[in-house]
Amino acid sequence: MSLELVLFFVLAAMAIGGAVSLILQRHPIHSALSLIVVMVALAGLYLLLGAEFIAAVQIIVYAGAIMVLFVFVIMLLNAGVEARTNVSRMARYVGLPLGFFLTVELAYWIAGGAGRQAPVSAGPTPTRELARMLFREFVFPFELTSILILIAILGAVVLAKKET
Amino acid sequence: MSNLVAQHPVLVVAVIKIAVLMFLLLTALAYLTWFERKVVAHIQSRWGPYRAGPHGLLQPLADGLKFLFKEDVTPSGADRFVYYLAPFLTLSLSLTAIALIPFGPGEFKLFGQRTSLGIANLNIGLLFLFAITSLGVYGVALAGWSSNSKYPLLGGLRSSAQMVSYELALTMSVVGVLLLAGSFNLREIIAAQQGFLWGWLPRWNIFASPMPQVIGFSCFFTAAIAETNRLPFDLPEAEGELVAGFHTEYASFKFAMFFMGEYASMITVSCLATILFFGGWLSPFPQIGALAWMRYLPTALLAAGSAWLVWDGIRYETLLGKIVLPVLGVVLAGLAVLIALPGANDFIQGPFWFLAKVFIFLFIYVWVRGTLPRFRYDQLMAVGWKLLLPASLANIVLTSFAIVVGKR
Repeated sequence: MSLELVLFFVLAAMAIGGAVSLILQRHPIHSALSLIVVMVALAGLYLLLGAEFIAAVQIIVYAGAIMVLFVFVIMLLNAGVEARTNVSRMARYVGLPLGFFLTVELAYWIAGGAGRQAPVSAGPTPTRELARMLFREFVFPFELTSILILIAILGAVVLAKKET
Repeated sequence: MSNLVAQHPVLVVAVIKIAVLMFLLLTALAYLTWFERKVVAHIQSRWGPYRAGPHGLLQPLADGLKFLFKEDVTPSGADRFVYYLAPFLTLSLSLTAIALIPFGPGEFKLFGQRTSLGIANLNIGLLFLFAITSLGVYGVALAGWSSNSKYPLLGGLRSSAQMVSYELALTMSVVGVLLLAGSFNLREIIAAQQGFLWGWLPRWNIFASPMPQVIGFSCFFTAAIAETNRLPFDLPEAEGELVAGFHTEYASFKFAMFFMGEYASMITVSCLATILFFGGWLSPFPQIGALAWMRYLPTALLAAGSAWLVWDGIRYETLLGKIVLPVLGVVLAGLAVLIALPGANDFIQGPFWFLAKVFIFLFIYVWVRGTLPRFRYDQLMAVGWKLLLPASLANIVLTSFAIVVGKR
């Protein structure tokens, strides 16, 4: 087995294990930590695909900023252990069949060869190319997103002001 | 497994380099604590550590042994897993960051593999460093939360707020450097700073021609001190209000791990300041005939140090000092001769200037600690959001303008 393959399986196991643990943990902080493990494992997978910039941004933005806020809020509210309830009727009669159906469908597509196209890219994509694409071809959606985020910031400030 | 090793000789070389760097770094960490205590002591007209070994040189060893043999208390009701995870996270992240630092331009051969000084040479080196620093918050925040005690919780909350706020200014302040260098690669950033203005002023980013990065550097260094939780921004562990902040409930070696993590981040930040703004391993003197003797500056400094050690050792009060200090002096003299040899002399130039600059930044760190009082919490937030962030944004705009105008 090549080193890349070994790394792939390790990172994939980390991501899946983290995701499962995220659902199974009963304490919010433990769930948040599991989610961080998933994020870091995904960053590692991006790195294996040669997308260095995306990998670094994945860690900086998701693991380093968004998840810090999650942890911060959980600490601030001092949230305790969740009580475990029985599975609700809705989940039992609608959720379980739908989940089963989704698994069968995914298995069917993968067995049918849906994932066997040529790899997206070979070798690392330079950040320069990424920037060129973002600021030339996709500049309109990019600016639109930044306006959206600005509106969200303004909304947060307005909501925070109301409290006092 | 042996097949894997044979297929990847790069891995073997990397592991050896990591082991050597780890040894050097941990020794440097230990003696950084000694250095800090000595300098702060002299700032405050004291002697500092003097009893353990001549000039207190064995103090780090004594401290380390003490940390190892102290009773390791875990508070009742602590979240065991997270409580143990936090110090590991802090120390391993700050040690990982060092792997990205290039220490010199030279290359050498190891098992037939050409390899450079420094462990990893990434295209996104700087981004990766920031990614690791951005994870550093967790160590402090989780330590505060998992201790199940109110002072650490408050310290952890403060520190998460502080580190998130200052990370923004820290990242923004280096964008100017990135615009000038056009690369995230730390080696390329240093290479872009080569040459001299008017024949004598080095083209380091702090003096760079279209737009000197003075604002960028001030924002960077201030934010970096806050990011490493050092005075005057050490509110997470403000001992007057919070006992010791996030690590109040940690004892023994787990406390030592937080301590080592903090000092390792100090070293990383000093290396980063050197690389980004002060030309990394580049010499501050132009390569002209009149200054050719400059290449023997490391030798001269070491020789002076060795002469002083021998002179001081002979007059030292204790017998141990009378033996140890002159022996150290002789060792230094041997090193001085060794690095004057033609082959070694070329190789040592880069690392010498790099380490000299890093040392100056470490001294400034200690100097600031010994001089400035701690900020109040609201002042800290105001400095971060109302001063550093706008200033670093203004630096980006000004630098971009200067580059565009300069190109016309």
